[in-house]
Amino acid sequence: MKQSITVTVNGQPRGAEVEPRMLLVHLLRDVFGLTGAHVGCDTTSCGVCTVLVDGTPVKSCTMFGVQVDGRSVTTVEGLAANGAMHPIQEAFKEEHGLQCGFCTPAMMLVATALLEENPDPTEDDIRWAISGNLCRCTGYQNIVKSVQYCAEQMRQASAGAPS
Amino acid sequence: MPTIARSVPQRWEAYVFPSNFEYFAPTTIDEALGLLAEHGDEAKILAGGQSLIPLMKLRFAAPAVVIDINRVAGLDHLEESKRGRGFLRVGALVRNATLERSELLSSRYPTMAAAAPLISDPIVRNQGTLVGSLCHADPQGDFGSVMLALDGEIVVRSTAGERRIPVKRFLDGPFTSTIRPDELAVEARVPSPEGRFSGTYLKLERKVGDFATVGVAVFVATERGKVMRAGIGLTGVGATNIKATEAEAALVGHRLSDTAIDEASRLAAAAADPRTDVRGSADYKRDVVRVYVARGLQQLTGAKAA
Repeated sequence: MKQSITVTVNGQPRGAEVEPRMLLVHLLRDVFGLTGAHVGCDTTSCGVCTVLVDGTPVKSCTMFGVQVDGRSVTTVEGLAANGAMHPIQEAFKEEHGLQCGFCTPAMMLVATALLEENPDPTEDDIRWAISGNLCRCTGYQNIVKSVQYCAEQMRQASAGAPS
Repeated sequence: MPTIARSVPQRWEAYVFPSNFEYFAPTTIDEALGLLAEHGDEAKILAGGQSLIPLMKLRFAAPAVVIDINRVAGLDHLEESKRGRGFLRVGALVRNATLERSELLSSRYPTMAAAAPLISDPIVRNQGTLVGSLCHADPQGDFGSVMLALDGEIVVRSTAGERRIPVKRFLDGPFTSTIRPDELAVEARVPSPEGRFSGTYLKLERKVGDFATVGVAVFVATERGKVMRAGIGLTGVGATNIKATEAEAALVGHRLSDTAIDEASRLAAAAADPRTDVRGSADYKRDVVRVYVARGLQQLTGAKAA
């Protein structure tokens, strides 16, 4: 039997009628049309389906859509604001943090969650944070550089901001 | 113009998804217990879901009812109780990520603190729980061995009352525990350490997020240089996690000398019952047990004061 849910997706309240067995990734892709959350391994290994639920990275192929009823979900589509790229998107562009782009939405979301908790991460911190996300272009080096670049830019921006 | 067939399925029915079930999201323990009393055999409890949902997607599990306890209040406590000799309480909704960041664990429960960051990957740890891992009873689960080494127990509740089950008796076989269908595991408990104590967890894995090829949990409490309590748990080398009781007994009353460590690691390897698979041969895994128990115990020889 379908259940009625309400979820805040990228800041906007959305409603849906879903079977409880529908996975969050399919709720996002097929019901809400947000295809930035990818389906890769579909076995909780590769991390390309990662989205933020109440700010915390989760693998959306391993959570049911009904579980986010009343909660807040951020996908890669929610990163850019007012027509401007998010600093993490700028950073991935600047440091060539992607090749094929399949892992990139998840990498960027995991990076934003890391920087929220730890604005000045070490390289080890960054490699720890992305250790649940596979990149098969073997582009980890530039992904790490991108996150470092973003952290630097965000620290400079907050240092320069009026208090 | 020839049409190009879409090779990638575009709708969710084309992907892997579970069979149908009825879903409940209770907000109190009593409500959850009522649902279990009603649906019992047909129902599975959903906590972190990081083992259950993959099993359901592959249809190894097809429960008619899923009871999601994530909205149940009063299951997210991580604290020490001073009752009796004292014990650690880990509520059923305490995530592995919380355990990984816990100062209480790093100062008082070093075996648990060492294991937490080695479980799967950081994203899975944001959801997965210790109590759920114990209920899943995967012989390759890391916390089963940790709890065996630390003589932990699990608290289960039903509408009929509450039981406390030592983890040794809780883990009954591969993916099988002694919990009854109408019972909810509400909490895991670990006796508070006494005297000088130390512990660690060593895990051989092929990559981050893989199951253990071999995992070894060790714990010792010493008094005037002699071992008063020893705990050794083995992961991935038998039908359940294994408590290496003979190896533990060989340490008690002795100093952590090279001789005692050699003997304990030999007995732990003898207690292992590994199978040859893609991660290694049985002989190889048994020898990794011997080496890891020795290595873990060597690391404890400078045991810290409580």
